[in-house]
Amino acid sequence: MTTTVSTERGSVAAPVKRAFREALYAGLISFGMFVLIVGLKTDQNIRNELVLEPRWGLLAIVVALTMFGRFAYVAWLQPFMARQKLADTVTGLMPASVTSRFFRLPYFIAALVIMVALYVVSGSLDGWLGAELAGYARFLRALALIYALASVFYYYRAFIHDHFSALGITVMIVYPVFVVLTLALLTGSMAGGFQGSLKWVDNFGIQILIYVMLAWGLNIVVGLAGLLDLGYVAFYAVGAYAYALLGTHYGLSFWILLPAAGCMAAFWGIILGFPVLRLRGDYLAIVTLAFGEIIRMVLINWRVVTNGSAGISGIPKVSFFGLISFDVSAPNYISKVFDIAQSGAYYKIFLYYLILALALLTAFVTVRLRRMPVGRAWEALREDEIACRSLGINTTTTKLTAFATGAMFGGFAGSFFAARQGFVSPESFVFLESAIILAIVVLGGMGSLVGIAVAAAVMIGGTEILRELDFLKVVFGPDFTPELYRMLLFGVAMVVVMVWKPRGFVSNREPTAFLKERKAVSGSFTKEGHG
Amino acid sequence: MTGKTLLDIRGVHTFYGNIQALNGVDVTVNDGEIVALIGANGAGKSTLMMTIFGAPRARSGKIVFAGTDITQLPTHEIARLRIAQSPEGRRIFPRMTVLENLQMGASLDKMKHFDEDVEKVFVLFPRLKERIDQRGGTLSGGEQQMLSIGRALMARPKLLLLDEPSLGLAPLVVKQIFDAIRELNRTQGLTVFLVEQNAFGALKLATRGYVMVNGNVTMSGTGKQLLADPDVRAAYLEGGRH
Ligand SMILES: Nc1ncnc2c1ncn2[C@@H]1O[C@H](COP(=O)(O)OP(=O)(O)OP(=O)(O)O)[C@@H](O)[C@H]1O
Ligand SMILES: [Mg+2]
Repeated sequence: MTTTVSTERGSVAAPVKRAFREALYAGLISFGMFVLIVGLKTDQNIRNELVLEPRWGLLAIVVALTMFGRFAYVAWLQPFMARQKLADTVTGLMPASVTSRFFRLPYFIAALVIMVALYVVSGSLDGWLGAELAGYARFLRALALIYALASVFYYYRAFIHDHFSALGITVMIVYPVFVVLTLALLTGSMAGGFQGSLKWVDNFGIQILIYVMLAWGLNIVVGLAGLLDLGYVAFYAVGAYAYALLGTHYGLSFWILLPAAGCMAAFWGIILGFPVLRLRGDYLAIVTLAFGEIIRMVLINWRVVTNGSAGISGIPKVSFFGLISFDVSAPNYISKVFDIAQSGAYYKIFLYYLILALALLTAFVTVRLRRMPVGRAWEALREDEIACRSLGINTTTTKLTAFATGAMFGGFAGSFFAARQGFVSPESFVFLESAIILAIVVLGGMGSLVGIAVAAAVMIGGTEILRELDFLKVVFGPDFTPELYRMLLFGVAMVVVMVWKPRGFVSNREPTAFLKERKAVSGSFTKEGHG
Repeated sequence: MTGKTLLDIRGVHTFYGNIQALNGVDVTVNDGEIVALIGANGAGKSTLMMTIFGAPRARSGKIVFAGTDITQLPTHEIARLRIAQSPEGRRIFPRMTVLENLQMGASLDKMKHFDEDVEKVFVLFPRLKERIDQRGGTLSGGEQQMLSIGRALMARPKLLLLDEPSLGLAPLVVKQIFDAIRELNRTQGLTVFLVEQNAFGALKLATRGYVMVNGNVTMSGTGKQLLADPDVRAAYLEGGRH
């Protein structure tokens, strides 16, 4: 009797004690894991000898952080979640009672005030607080911004949920305008706005949209047709090199080369498709992986044409259909045409809208194809190949069209990539790229365009944001480079999402067909008497 | 009522690797007939159905459909000659909705007659209409069976192959499906070749029947003859009568 009571009381009072214990274990484990990885660093000294450089301070910080995290989780977060009955396992979302307490108007206003205040004084922060505290202040500002945005999202969540695609497209369309205007306000001049927008439009906008487009293209092959392709980057490479070679040798315009590069990539998609027709699943994955590497090896070794690992440079810029050029030396250079100040930002903004249009084209084609026989056949193929055949579907052509269509969009993205960089080399087309694109497709939920776009924005945007987290240098020392931890973030995010939503952000497959009667129902109420 | 030969299977041998599943099978299906194939588990009935579709392919022998030799034709081209099938295991598309599954059945005609045909299927199986936006994989076993048959009918077949259409269905639904088959046969002249464990029902429905044992056809005759045969009664009918 007494024992049961005491254990029960123990389990209520225990969290702090248990948290200490678990924090200790977590510390030991992380020490074991990181003692070699973080605690020691190999380096070269002046005489080119390999030396071990201990980094005990950094190791201590990492271990301490782990221990604190575990302690906080067990001592506070777990009991808190238990109290809130947070175990909404179905949606994985927090119940309204918790979220509505977290997102409150006073907090929101406070966040806004902090944010605005810190932005207003951002120029003089370093002078007032010193570099270190200023770093923290910027971090605080970022947190306030995130909180304010999250509050807005939370408040309008029903509306956002219902109009997600339309809102998403609107946001993507106004994004550069918003960035330029905001920065113009902050810097006080239009030119400043354009100059500052470079990073946001190029590193975030264009970078994310390239991956959105690639992932949407791969989605046709993997998500719809169910053909696991680990070498998708090969088609990206074909498109990029097609544009680079034809553009530099023959001086053809982007608008001719874009479809040409798409066709080339589609052609290579079919070339890959033929030998792998009979393969499925793991075997298919391995062969496509090899294909991706073969293409890269060809690019490296076929020096006469591809210039090997040195790559091809001097790739011509895209023009606005030949009317407006973005080449400073051209007579129809944009700032001469419109009589405005010179800036590289115009080209980036133009490229942003170009890749946005290409990505939306991919989405549009995917949506339309899904409702057409060939798209339905892709999805049926993913579900049951034998049933497909006995329904009269030629699975050979179905697979080849899937490979070709997916590859074509990869080729489009590739030629855009070449035009944007002005330089291509085999280094950009390594297996890791294929893996990232595939990870985005899987994270987003295979087959779901919206989910994939969100996954691309989170993963690529997230890794780009790491570059901005300079204040981390304050914690981890000046030679800490957050962007080196990109892949770690990627991995952590994948694990989290896969635990939370094993089938990706959007796991529901959207049906493509509804009976006509259904749509006519509302009409039939208004038109009584027609029988 | 019955016309010329529609499907002619002559001396077909089929192997799974080295295992022989069909051992020189001869079966004929005439235009406008309902032909039943009965036999014990593992006799090779489903194998025969699949061999007609070329997967697995007959190692020797000949299969002729409506004057065309289909023995070596690719599966999808066999289907294009308007042979439709509700295979063993139903093989519906689990993540696609009922309506999408039916659309897949109509892919041969590029959905020309879709609206008209889908209504016919819904008259036959009203249950499917209630479930129209449900995913195939979440249907009950019987509903999946209805969907599989409905999908096969969407192709406007000349010959309908049914592998155990009554599997997993309530007696009332079995009766309904058998009635539907008879109705399709009578009004539209649809030729049906079906495999059944429910030998009594199948032979009553069928114009003619075949009995298969260990990859061989051992007996054939009209449905009535087979129903009256003492060997057939002993092996497949005793204790199984409704
Ligand atoms: N894919 C396969 N590989 C090897 N052997 C197979 C395969 N499919 C069927 N068999 C064998 O072939 C024989 C005939 O199988 P089949 O499926 O045609 O039987 P069935 O008459 O349809 O039986 P049931 O009434 O149980 O459905 C069986 O012995 C079976 O084990
Ligand atoms: Mg069988």
